[in-house]
Amino acid sequence: MKANCWMGRNTVEVQDVPDPGILNPRDAVVRITSSAICGSDLHLYDGFVPTMKKGDVLGHEFMGEVVEVGPGVTTLRVGDRVVVPFPISCGGCLACENGLFSVCENSNPNAGMAEKLLGHSPAGIFGYSHMLGGYPGGQAQYARVPFADVGPIVVDDDLPDEKVLFLSDILPTGWMGAEMCEIKPGDVIAVWGAGPVGQFAVASALLMGAERVICIDRFSYRLQIAARAGAETINYEQTDVLDALRDMTAGRGPDACIDAVGMEAHYPVPAVHAYDRAKQATRAETDRPYALREAILACRNGGVVSVIGVYAGLIDKFPMGSFMNRSLTLRTGQCHVQRYMEPLLARIREGALDPSFVITHHLDLEDAPRGYEMFKHKENECNKVVLHPW
Amino acid sequence: MSEAEHHNAHRWAGVLGWVSAGLGVLQVAAPDTVVRVIGAGDRPWARRVVRLIGLRELFHAAVLLGSRRPAPLVWTRVAGDAMDLALLGRLMAEREDGGRRRLAASTAAVTGITFADIVTAVRGGHEPGLPPHRLTNLRAAITVNRPRREVYRFWRDIENLPRFMIHLESVEPIAGGYSHWRAKGPAHKSVEWDAEIIEDQTEQLIAWRSVEGATVRNRGSVRFTDAPGGRGTEVRVDIDYDPPAGKVGLAFARLLGEHPQQQVCDDLRRFKQVMETGEVARSEGSPEGTRARRQLFQRPAQPVR
Ligand SMILES: [Zn+2]
Ligand SMILES: [Zn+2]
Repeated sequence: MKANCWMGRNTVEVQDVPDPGILNPRDAVVRITSSAICGSDLHLYDGFVPTMKKGDVLGHEFMGEVVEVGPGVTTLRVGDRVVVPFPISCGGCLACENGLFSVCENSNPNAGMAEKLLGHSPAGIFGYSHMLGGYPGGQAQYARVPFADVGPIVVDDDLPDEKVLFLSDILPTGWMGAEMCEIKPGDVIAVWGAGPVGQFAVASALLMGAERVICIDRFSYRLQIAARAGAETINYEQTDVLDALRDMTAGRGPDACIDAVGMEAHYPVPAVHAYDRAKQATRAETDRPYALREAILACRNGGVVSVIGVYAGLIDKFPMGSFMNRSLTLRTGQCHVQRYMEPLLARIREGALDPSFVITHHLDLEDAPRGYEMFKHKENECNKVVLHPW
Repeated sequence: MSEAEHHNAHRWAGVLGWVSAGLGVLQVAAPDTVVRVIGAGDRPWARRVVRLIGLRELFHAAVLLGSRRPAPLVWTRVAGDAMDLALLGRLMAEREDGGRRRLAASTAAVTGITFADIVTAVRGGHEPGLPPHRLTNLRAAITVNRPRREVYRFWRDIENLPRFMIHLESVEPIAGGYSHWRAKGPAHKSVEWDAEIIEDQTEQLIAWRSVEGATVRNRGSVRFTDAPGGRGTEVRVDIDYDPPAGKVGLAFARLLGEHPQQQVCDDLRRFKQVMETGEVARSEGSPEGTRARRQLFQRPAQPVR
């Protein structure tokens, strides 16, 4: 089959690789119909996530048709149309029982490796390094889906791919980012990052009853999409974010701040950017945490900082003084996707939500390298790329 | 041998380490003085040999002072003592008139030191309460989200062990609590031994040891306790094994991989997977499952360039 493979920093190639098969009784094999490039794929592309190997198949947002099931799968049948959540979760461990699917205790066969870097291992993830399982991803024609009786959700044929595909990752991720803010009537929410996840966080926060949502980015076309989803916007290259937020909230600060940016944030002050970039290059620090720092400083006293942007390792200059002295709450996590799939699918089905508004490009799988370049450099107003393997 | 005596041996080994350091510095820095004091005369090579011995003493010092349990390492000093005595003997045989008395005194002193070294090394070599061989200890623990009765039963059925212990090929029960264990080594060599269950407290503890004459002496126990707040069962494993010598020993050591501790942790993790999910998690990136070969490549994670 054809698959998009990581070949080193800033290089992906579509190659012929062996078809996946059933390895374990609870596996299924899915013939992929749509597969997206995610913002967190750029952290792999840029080489900031450790334990990637040349030839690893990328992609963790995909859906398709079940073509094979192992003897242990009783919930799916060949021919079912499914969306596959990106965290691989067993359903039987304490974490899964408590709905913490992205920290499943059983799905990472390389848990020892992850423990050395992270202390404890989170769940395995499709196409996201050997530290997180070494599972081939879904930017391919087929994918093997472990614990297929727990993750994938069956969708009706009348819902097109582009409406349901993002149930696999970015829609529930944005939703969880807003949910962690525990939004109450009158709340003002600030969202750093107007990428697709930030755009979904904006839409979710409004659906949950936020009074106002303010979205911060530097690309005007992305801010426009966020504005269409209902946000007020700040372009941080033109406006000082802290001043603007203080002004917009009459001195209170946002009640909750969502970091939908993560480890490769940009910052308009060149000296600060150079400092973190240099530390990152020498691996004295793996992640650039500007958005996180700013979110903490901006948040109102006693507010919540919700982190859904991806961080991989260590950060420097964490504003602990501000965080501690002002009674802030920090909430984080890779999305526990399985928890949100059913309720969000219901909202999509009843027409309350149409996630397809984030898509700007449809490409053939063969064009994945072009898609990565375009998405990384924000060319052609690229917001979200969907790949079609067939 | 008591714990206290054993502790003493390690303390003595430390003192000997400092003696080595002092001697080494002296021999390297002032070889002429040393040559005169021991009565080696004015042989042109004596100075060089003393310097070399000094370097060796510094090596002993590094080995002894660098270890937290240095007593068994005193054997390196004993080997050095033997070299020194041989050298002194040769000098004596050459009957250097003026130096003979000094040489005799030096030989007596070295003999005394040798005796002290041997006593320390022998005492330190025995771990308290264990047979007189070095046993390697591995411990690991994990919480399994299943009832204690179920977890205990699965383990007690020792034929199940190869389902999650990566280096085991089979465990066959024989009558009377005995069992036959087989592990697959590299190059298709099997390592086999018999073991017996020496303690079996229902739903609490299983302890086993290899029987007399096994190629790989080992013993272990697994304890089962309730995790607090209905979080399942805490499983604690404690294994002692004797890294044996020879070809079989080497094969066995390699079976345990480069990181035996990590191997035991991973075995327990697979046990949890089997108990909680019914299978061992496998990815195409690590497809070997419970085949032993994977252990050969097991390394701690490293960021890629
Ligand atoms: Zn993603
Ligand atoms: Zn789980």
